[in-house]
Amino acid sequence: MQRIVVIGNGMVGHKFCDLFARHPRRGDFRLTVFGEERRPAYDRVHLSAYFADRDADKLALATRAWYADRDIELRTGELVTELDPERRILRTHLGHEMTYDYLVLATGSVPFVPPVPGKDKSGVFVYRTIEDLDAILDYAARLRQLPGARATVMGGGLLGLEAARATLDMGLATDVVEFAPRLMPRQLDEGGAASLRTTLEGLGLKIHLSRSTTAIGGNGCITHLDFADGTQLETDLLIISAGIRPRDELARKSGIAVGPRGGIVADRHMRTSAPDVFVIGEAALYRDMIYGLVAPGYEMARVALSTLMRDADPACMPESIDLSTKLKLIGTDVASFGDCLPQPGTARSIVYRDEAGGVYKRINVSPDGRRLLGGILVGDAADYNRLHQIYRNQLALPPQPQDLILGSRGSGGGDAGAGISELPEAAVICSCENITKGQLCGHLEAEQAHSVKDLIACTGAGTGCGGCKPILSDLVEQHLKARGKVVRHLLCEHFPHTRQELRDLIVLRQLRTYDEALDELGRGHGCEVCRPALAGIFATVYAETANPQAVIQDTNDRFLANIQRNGTYSVVPRVPAGEITPDKLIAIGAVAKKFGLYTKITGGQRIDLFGARLDQLPPIWEELIAAGFESGHAYGKSLRTVKSCVGSTWCRYGMDESVSFAIEIEERYKGLRSPHKLKGGVSGCIRECAEARGKDFGLIAVEEGYNLYVCGNGGARPKHAVLLAGPIDRRTAVRYLDRFLMFYLRTAGPLVRTAKWLETMEGGIDYLRSVVMDDVLGIAAELETEMQGLVNGYRCEWKEVIEDPEMRARFRPFVNTDDTEELEFVPLRDQQMPKPW
Amino acid sequence: MTAYQTILPEQVTTWFRAGHTHQFPAGAGATVKYGNRQIAVFYFHRNRRWYACQNLCPHKLENVLGRGLIGEQDGIPKVACPLHKRTFSLETGENLNGDCPPVAVYPVRVEGEDVYIGFAD
Ligand code: SRM
Ligand SMILES: Cc1cc2nc3c(=O)[nH]c(=O)nc-3n(C[C@H](O)[C@H](O)[C@H](O)COP(=O)(O)OP(=O)(O)OC[C@H]3O[C@@H](n4cnc5c(N)ncnc54)[C@H](O)[C@@H]3O)c2cc1C
Ligand code: SF4
Ligand code: FES
Repeated sequence: MQRIVVIGNGMVGHKFCDLFARHPRRGDFRLTVFGEERRPAYDRVHLSAYFADRDADKLALATRAWYADRDIELRTGELVTELDPERRILRTHLGHEMTYDYLVLATGSVPFVPPVPGKDKSGVFVYRTIEDLDAILDYAARLRQLPGARATVMGGGLLGLEAARATLDMGLATDVVEFAPRLMPRQLDEGGAASLRTTLEGLGLKIHLSRSTTAIGGNGCITHLDFADGTQLETDLLIISAGIRPRDELARKSGIAVGPRGGIVADRHMRTSAPDVFVIGEAALYRDMIYGLVAPGYEMARVALSTLMRDADPACMPESIDLSTKLKLIGTDVASFGDCLPQPGTARSIVYRDEAGGVYKRINVSPDGRRLLGGILVGDAADYNRLHQIYRNQLALPPQPQDLILGSRGSGGGDAGAGISELPEAAVICSCENITKGQLCGHLEAEQAHSVKDLIACTGAGTGCGGCKPILSDLVEQHLKARGKVVRHLLCEHFPHTRQELRDLIVLRQLRTYDEALDELGRGHGCEVCRPALAGIFATVYAETANPQAVIQDTNDRFLANIQRNGTYSVVPRVPAGEITPDKLIAIGAVAKKFGLYTKITGGQRIDLFGARLDQLPPIWEELIAAGFESGHAYGKSLRTVKSCVGSTWCRYGMDESVSFAIEIEERYKGLRSPHKLKGGVSGCIRECAEARGKDFGLIAVEEGYNLYVCGNGGARPKHAVLLAGPIDRRTAVRYLDRFLMFYLRTAGPLVRTAKWLETMEGGIDYLRSVVMDDVLGIAAELETEMQGLVNGYRCEWKEVIEDPEMRARFRPFVNTDDTEELEFVPLRDQQMPKPW
Repeated sequence: MTAYQTILPEQVTTWFRAGHTHQFPAGAGATVKYGNRQIAVFYFHRNRRWYACQNLCPHKLENVLGRGLIGEQDGIPKVACPLHKRTFSLETGENLNGDCPPVAVYPVRVEGEDVYIGFAD
């Protein structure tokens, strides 16, 4: 048996192993992998996600067991230090030697650190491994104690901006320093970069262009940067993201050919200058280029394996490599594809620019207007998948190519569905895994796959960058529609219905409990998906609080409080529209003090008390209720807050008493359970201090009454609410709101917020308007009556609990003892917080 | 974590009385203390089956599993952690939706109206 050795257990090295394990002739070979890092291969592309939860498991591409199961020897934490290509021997830093028949270099790259004096000071980092991120997080945690701490990222490229977003999210004021006169100089033109800059500045990043750093200052720890133009920038932390350098040191030492500026030279089969030695991934220099993206790296792994295995028809690298990228995570869309910066005279460019909206789109078409050569999208990359497919497959362009970027005029929703049917079978849909439309459709047609999840499971598509998932779901929907099947989003394995069907059936058959519903409509014992979903339906059909069927509620609703990271709970009393009397403030303060709760003003204009033990919740609420408070439902998928601005009560611009109206609305819909949480806002004038357009429903006072906006949200995918009606008077506004909300309660899927609900609604806002205002379905009166029923049925569920000893028993931490939980807290600015994970 | 080890019915040396059946909610979990250890006990009332596992979630080492939602996946009874929704088989303790280490599971015996959990120490 021959031995293959892979050096490097990064993304591309792992891909090689994965392909190897599935190769029909794998039995002829033994495979050993050396990795310098401690962990088995992980997903570097989504590295920044680690900042959110420090959960390295989520990034893992495979476990040790995965390797063991496939009989691949994995030796992590072992660096290969010497290589003798003539004798086919390698040696590691532990002194171990091994011979090989084939060798694959997958050593990746390291961040390039320019030779600036002071780069060894503490507080200076790079951004490549989990360990780098741990170091940054630990350092930043210490800095946060320091008021006004600042971070700087050197390098305004793809990675640098991602890093900058991360430090900003860590709560550090962040500067970006770029040597070139614009951001992302390799992917963007001036217009695109300028638009991106404006948006990023809006997010709070400070951008400094054309700056060359001459020194990193500070005594031990970094305190500032010096620039060539004599200026200085104060900073307490620096992340250097100034490009990558291929790790070619091993190859170089052992006489394998490397390029003049680094990188291990590869031919079209990814062979190096040494016999039976291959190179793949970011270490490879192919056609005088290093490719810092996974998709080309995966292609190299495929080609190298195919050559090494002597496949009948060995693959080879394409002449030109697709460098299209869509940036993630930075708070705005940025994408470029194909030839984004063509030489003058070789292409015709069409540019669309909306300065106020921060949108810049450019496409480059061939001089004859027939082919799409490439393009840039900033601020709105909704068209990326479609354009990228047109470019990759060289599809014919419409007679007016500008329609490609202006095309979605009117309809609002993307028409990616129409695009997908035009793609040829050979079109590569998942470029990370190189999977074509033909392959995907094959699985659907053979009935081996029925859903996106199935497609991912049988082909591996979507497991790389994940960018193709929207197309996968379009493919599935289209396939089902083409077969005359209605596309239904079933709840889970226990209920073969959509949420709307289930709701209708429950109403029709007058089912009152989860067990009844399971008996009549479902099967098995249920799960964590259908239990809370049905709880929500019972709440909106029978105005049932979370108490009678506590065991089917999501954890937070079961205990009427939000669980925190140490298993304690938070307490949020309702403060309608944020208006509160001094006495009530004092009452909250007294409770917080008595129970030792960490106290904070929330982003929703109320006060959150954190750190209550389960057994403390009833006594805390007992006191709050005695002081006149009610549950704030901060734990439920239900109405949270109606944010207000002070309005004409005090403000010199106010058009109406927005606080009074906000209170009226919050009181009306308080506790209303819904498919997802609901938030509202009322602003006294178009200056919009209540951010009403960032809410599920928002009212803005104008000269003649109110404008009513719906279906906005903040969160991970922010969306501005759109105008439903206006100007209208307060009474009409409430009626429309009743109808709108009830329609949403009835028809949205579980955990679908209003914005997403509207996005997938056929006919969009026009249809919604026709239902709410013109009553095309003839259900307006019914919706209003139902809503009034829910409003009348409102009870404070915390009051229910404290008045009922049996319900109070739910909050006993242990069945068999009166012990309370033992918890560890650490002090924090005169209060306390849980011990960090 | 090392304090918790799966116990098979044949390994049980001590049957510890955890409480009265009516102290445990139907279709959910509750927590009992056994010395310094916390054990989550679940009652699946639809088929009258009882399960027990460590209360400590292996993901972030918080004592919370007894407060998770229970359910079933392809016939396997499971609990979903309330913090990040990792799910664990109540038969084997295995993590069903990720690669967390397994939780320890314990045999449960109901005699009359008393609920017992099996330990080997
Ligand atoms: C406490 C608070 C942060 C703060 O310290 O200010 C907060 C805390 C949490 N938010 Fe929030 N959000 C808070 C205001 C917001 C806001 C701002 C606002 O309401 O104006 C937003 C953006 C606006 C929006 O929702 O559109 C916000 C968007 C989210 C999201 C993303 C929702 C989305 O549709 O993308 C989540 C996740 C979710 O609900 O699935 C979330 C989830 C959470 C949870 C419940 C996460 C969890 O499950 O543990 C946090 C625990 C709350 C607790 O324990 O009490 N929180 N959260 C704020 C409570 C407001 C209140 O008084 O009730
Ligand atoms: C934050 C971040 C975001 C990114 N985002 C994207 C993106 O959105 N899209 C995209 O396409 N790409 C992205 N990339 C780039 C992508 O991660 C890389 O292209 C990919 O990881 C390259 O894989 P590789 O296997 O060649 O190198 P690596 O993943 O770096 O793996 C090389 C491994 O080899 C080990 N090694 C090196 N020398 C030796 C030796 N002598 N002995 C033993 N082990 C050795 C190293 O320690 C390393 O673990 C991103 C990268 C980062 C850091
Ligand atoms: S409070 Fe909201 S934004 Fe802050 S960490 Fe929790 S979920 Fe994220
Ligand atoms: S602590 Fe249990 S899933 Fe995270």
